[in-house]
Amino acid sequence: MLQRDYTTSQLDVLEAEAIHIMREVAAEFERPCLLFSGGKDSIVMLRIAEKAFWPAAIPFPLMHVDTGHNFDEVIEFRDRRAAELGARLIVASVQDSIDAGRVTEETGRRASRNRLQTTTLLDAIEEHEFDAVFGGARRDEEKARAKERVFSFRDDFGQWDPKNQRPELWNLYNARIRKGEHIRVFPLSNWTELDVWDYIRREGIEIPSIYFSHTRKVFERDGMLLPDSEVVRRGDDEPLFEAVVRYRTVGDMTCTGAVQSTAATVEEIIEEIAATRITERGATRADDRSSEAAMEDRKREGYF
Amino acid sequence: MDILRFATAGSVDDGKSTLIGRLLFDSKAIFEDQLEAVERTSRDRGTEYTDLSLLTDGLRAEREQGITIDVAYRYFATPRRKFIIADTPGHIQYTRNMVTGASTADLAIILIDARKGVLEQSRRHAFLTSLLRVPHLVLAVNKMDLVDYSEERFEEIREEFTAFASKLNVADLTFIPISALNGDNVVSRSENMPWYNGSSLLHHLENVHIASDRNLVDVRFPVQYVIRPQKATDHAFHDYRGYAGQVAGGVLKPGDEVVHLPSGLATRIASIDTFDGPVEEAFPPMSVTLRFEDDIDISRGDMIARPNNQPQVSQDLEAMVCWMSDGARLAPRSKLAIKHTTRTARALVRDLHYRLDVNTLHRDEEATSLGLNEIGRVSLRVTQPLFVDDYARNRLTGGFILVDEATNGTVGAGMIIEAH
Repeated sequence: MLQRDYTTSQLDVLEAEAIHIMREVAAEFERPCLLFSGGKDSIVMLRIAEKAFWPAAIPFPLMHVDTGHNFDEVIEFRDRRAAELGARLIVASVQDSIDAGRVTEETGRRASRNRLQTTTLLDAIEEHEFDAVFGGARRDEEKARAKERVFSFRDDFGQWDPKNQRPELWNLYNARIRKGEHIRVFPLSNWTELDVWDYIRREGIEIPSIYFSHTRKVFERDGMLLPDSEVVRRGDDEPLFEAVVRYRTVGDMTCTGAVQSTAATVEEIIEEIAATRITERGATRADDRSSEAAMEDRKREGYF
Repeated sequence: MDILRFATAGSVDDGKSTLIGRLLFDSKAIFEDQLEAVERTSRDRGTEYTDLSLLTDGLRAEREQGITIDVAYRYFATPRRKFIIADTPGHIQYTRNMVTGASTADLAIILIDARKGVLEQSRRHAFLTSLLRVPHLVLAVNKMDLVDYSEERFEEIREEFTAFASKLNVADLTFIPISALNGDNVVSRSENMPWYNGSSLLHHLENVHIASDRNLVDVRFPVQYVIRPQKATDHAFHDYRGYAGQVAGGVLKPGDEVVHLPSGLATRIASIDTFDGPVEEAFPPMSVTLRFEDDIDISRGDMIARPNNQPQVSQDLEAMVCWMSDGARLAPRSKLAIKHTTRTARALVRDLHYRLDVNTLHRDEEATSLGLNEIGRVSLRVTQPLFVDDYARNRLTGGFILVDEATNGTVGAGMIIEAH
């Protein structure tokens, strides 16, 4: 890391920035929480949190918005990782929101709980009175995210107003809010997908098995490979077949596609990503395909 | 591989989006699905060419109005460096966005249309770059293909801009003649301009030396967070007390004698801790945890420096302020919250000395207030001592933000000129 002219590697710069952001939140907010889904970005974020407060324990709980449609491997990983850290894990359940009549399940073949998550998330933030919520989103993921602040203000309704964002200068973050409002905080804003993988390799961080190549029964829809599962509605015209795949992103089974891949190690994944010509969300996320501003619209409503 | 953060200023007319599009495309940072989306939208709107500005204009409101509202961050990498682009809109009403983008930039690229030459807008961008002390400035003279790759025209622009820049604080100024549309001198040297002996733009971005831009002389460590494990991960840390923060200046080593501010008490660094183990040195921008040999009462907002090299400890600041609010104006007697390093206090505007015309650099001493996107020199009285340096010496200990206590909005960015 250290050379004579004090050059710092890109991962060290990004890590130092993310640690600074986490400590700023811990110092300035009363009730932060960290969204942990068991996906690679939130796994990296959790490692940063470990580093930021060591040797003390992470001074805030983890929260997962569980659609009930997640991969078993990921849920198992989530619970195990939280237990290893001795962290408190709050699971906010979309099923509970449905049962309570807060949201209505979508119907039809393309039904997904993706959009319903927003209500569950905002209800949980209100219930636990969280004033800062860490998310693992990155600006390279999507063009609405490219314009979002590191400290992203949300009003009483959890809404994001892209035209009225607080200017963010130097490493000074404005943490002031009124009761009922909150800030979404994105410590990995300046990381790219490749940075995340480089960091996972460098740190030797464990990730769920579905990121690696495996054989799975899938079917094709809109050029995406969706998994065979009781929660994914499949038509008779959508035959199942076996394929050698891995997941590039980990989300709800109903809207997260697998990519054909033989990459079985982190090194091979990095090689694959360095050569790919499709963004991770474009390749694997049905939720971003519904319209050009799909992410912007969901973010305005209070989505991750 | 290190990181270069650069800001781009200019309007769509200057070819800024085309230039960024080309840098991203040639470094394979634009993906097929993104390009397809842009092509689809261009077609839908009846545009005949693929409008690369759609790549950066991310928000619906921007697409609807055909303008760029906000700073967009873009990422690309070459085998030599990772690049973060703060793409800022060029129009005057977006001065605050340019200031925001420039605040963290190592380098700024200002685009000039070779046919139009140095415009009011170019001078404004250059001034803001110098006000924010961006260490490196590149003047990219674009659309050289439309002036027959004329060396004479390039030299004219260079001379005119150099004369203007001599009035500013620009440490490193580079002129590059380019055609973003045709790719001349963007990634590789152009055969159309054999008279130009300098680097291509990308080569310059890859090689410009930035390691010494940080202040590695004046030790400054704003205390951000006190780490005292209540529930230690390990019982060995039961009595642990560490002071976490990001180094804002200088090089710290275990054993170094340091001074704590505001107490003025001296002690030595016992250890520089990280999760990955203790380190022998800490320097910007590392985030570390310091332990000291003596038990001193230290809290967030305090500063660690060297006994023989301390920041100014002051409640009276002279600063240039860029006002960013379209609501209340900044005027004498305005009361605001101020955040400087890790310390937050309240500030009273005692005086507005002048408002600066960012186009002509004229100082209007008759001005009684500052509105949105206006810049002026102010005197502030702060409720608590701040530990400050001139912004010109250290951007991290010389910069601050002002927050409206009624709306909680960030309404001002300040650069300290001197403290008393």
